[in-house]
Amino acid sequence: MSHASAVADKTPSTLRGASLPKWFPWALAAGSLALAAVIGVAGGLDSKVQWGLIAGILFVLGTYGIAAKVEGSRQAKDRIATSLVWVAFLLAVVPLVSLLWTTVARGVKVLDVYFLTHSMGVVADSEPGGGIYHAILGSLEQVGLATVIGAPIGILTAIYLVEYGRGNLAKAVTFFVDVMTGIPSIVAGLFILSLMLMLDMQPFGFAGSLALAILMMPVVVRSTEEMLKLVPNELREASLALGVPKWRTILKVVVPTSIGGIITGVMLAIARIAGETAPVLLLVFGNPFINANPFEGAQASLPLYIYQQYAQSAGSTAAYDRAWAASLTLIAFVMILNLLARGLARWKAPR
Amino acid sequence: MDISTQQTDTDDTSPPTPPPPPSAEEKRAARGATRPGDRIFLGLSRGSGIFLLVIMAAIAVFLTYRAYLAISKDEANFLTAFEWNTSLLPPKFGIAVLAFGTVVSSIIAMVIAVPIAVAIALFITHYAPRRMSGPVSYVIDLLAAVPSIVYGLWGALVLVPHMDGLFGWLNDYLGWTGVFSWDQGAPRSMLTVGILLAVMILPVITNVSREVFRQVPQMHEEAALALGATRWEVIRMSVLPFGRSGVISASMLGLGRALGETMAVATVLSPDFDIHASLLNPGGGTFAQNIASKFNEATEFGRDALIASGLVLFVITLLVNGAARMIIARRKEYSGANA
Repeated sequence: MSHASAVADKTPSTLRGASLPKWFPWALAAGSLALAAVIGVAGGLDSKVQWGLIAGILFVLGTYGIAAKVEGSRQAKDRIATSLVWVAFLLAVVPLVSLLWTTVARGVKVLDVYFLTHSMGVVADSEPGGGIYHAILGSLEQVGLATVIGAPIGILTAIYLVEYGRGNLAKAVTFFVDVMTGIPSIVAGLFILSLMLMLDMQPFGFAGSLALAILMMPVVVRSTEEMLKLVPNELREASLALGVPKWRTILKVVVPTSIGGIITGVMLAIARIAGETAPVLLLVFGNPFINANPFEGAQASLPLYIYQQYAQSAGSTAAYDRAWAASLTLIAFVMILNLLARGLARWKAPR
Repeated sequence: MDISTQQTDTDDTSPPTPPPPPSAEEKRAARGATRPGDRIFLGLSRGSGIFLLVIMAAIAVFLTYRAYLAISKDEANFLTAFEWNTSLLPPKFGIAVLAFGTVVSSIIAMVIAVPIAVAIALFITHYAPRRMSGPVSYVIDLLAAVPSIVYGLWGALVLVPHMDGLFGWLNDYLGWTGVFSWDQGAPRSMLTVGILLAVMILPVITNVSREVFRQVPQMHEEAALALGATRWEVIRMSVLPFGRSGVISASMLGLGRALGETMAVATVLSPDFDIHASLLNPGGGTFAQNIASKFNEATEFGRDALIASGLVLFVITLLVNGAARMIIARRKEYSGANA
């Protein structure tokens, strides 16, 4: 069979020299898997990871050997590169699948309406029961306030950079927005903490919002800037030519044209800060009771809840289950926000 | 509305400025707005730009001030001491262990993540079947969207128990180096942290590299193909040289992320205040992890000390990110001249 197809491949392309048939990698993969299984059983290796490694090594060696023989060493190197790239891709999928699988499988155990509508008020960390209502409430309030502060400042800064920005100030803002994107979240938390230490304040929800707003601003600036740049100049010129003042041109023509993309950027930024734990840990402190007032007293928050269930429960299964269920809730929230943002971007893309 | 704008327009433009032609839209923006609405709006948007700069400056100033309060009372050498006892009288604390741990865990993460991320970026741009490259990009974006605390939980409860096999193997074959020796303790060590950080920074590096690889001029690749190059030779001779600086800056962005990661390290590592030769035995610490772990029992002075360590982290990430951005900016000019 191999002989026949090799001939069939060979005849039309004498220029390119011999080449292996298309099914060759698959056949070799199956062959090396089978051989690895035989070696594994014969050698008494019980770890499936070792089987996989042996199969991988056999596959790479086999590819190189056979391809070098039939197609020449340059083609063989090409095939090695191809298989390494595929391996890298599969390697990246493993942790993602494992993470999503574990979160869903262990999260659904305790995730129900009771869990979503009750707090941890009377439940000790090591006991089963309790819920995340207080944490969801805290997260929504903190992230909401952060958005109210961060999004307008971010959008206005982007408008300044795109519509007005020339000269050194704009250059400085651009550079520091870039640098600000890389500030570790814990440093933003420490900044607000140092303010709180000076004003002698106790932890409260809004302090966390301020740190989250700092983390959110550069992300919003970046994405809004990209969107505003996509608006064609003809629209601006047409509006200005009609005598419309520049600020009305921006508000009535430029921003509406790119509003879909701007909102997408804000939503992605929200998704990013919703999962931030470190600043909330320093500034909001956590609270097993329901505290609906973000301006006074310690609050809970979803990511912080996950951390505290993990860290303060001394290995109790009930607490771990709650941590997984809260993770599932958080991931679901972030993913839904991401999906909505992407859908919106596609639907409202500037044309 | 129309009338009023026209009036203000003529009021403002005709008397004071004799030479400028009416086409001077850009000049007007440059010398400042003329109408009240314009002035307010320009003020608002410029103001928020300045506000961002003020925040950056304030972060530096306040952190430095609180750090000064702490360091001035430190009886040990802040840079070299191997202890963190802020409640002692006199207090003794230093960042040597934290700096070492931060650098080591980030280097491990980089060594693992950069090659894989570049390969995935190549996979998306050059290898994946066309129908697959979209979904693959999406998967990578999903990895980026997962909150770090969930990575931390996964790392502590799933990754750590699975490290025994790898650690045993490394100890058996490479234990003699000392770097990979293992005393059979729980694998909550720098290597595990590095692996987890690698997973977390992978999407950052992949996304930036992918964008750079997409910008490789089609001509370069086609020229190589026309000379009979294989796909790997095209990548080695035209894609990688073009994308090198982009990949470097992408890696530095990932590095900045790894240096500052808090929760994933805090959940996985079992810390102590010593430098260990072995990457497999638990111990050590990083700046961010130390802040998160020590914060709850810290006094006000203890918090100042933690702020001092945070200041060092801030400066390091600032340098790394600034360097990355400068490389990107330089590359833009280069590719513009080239395209």
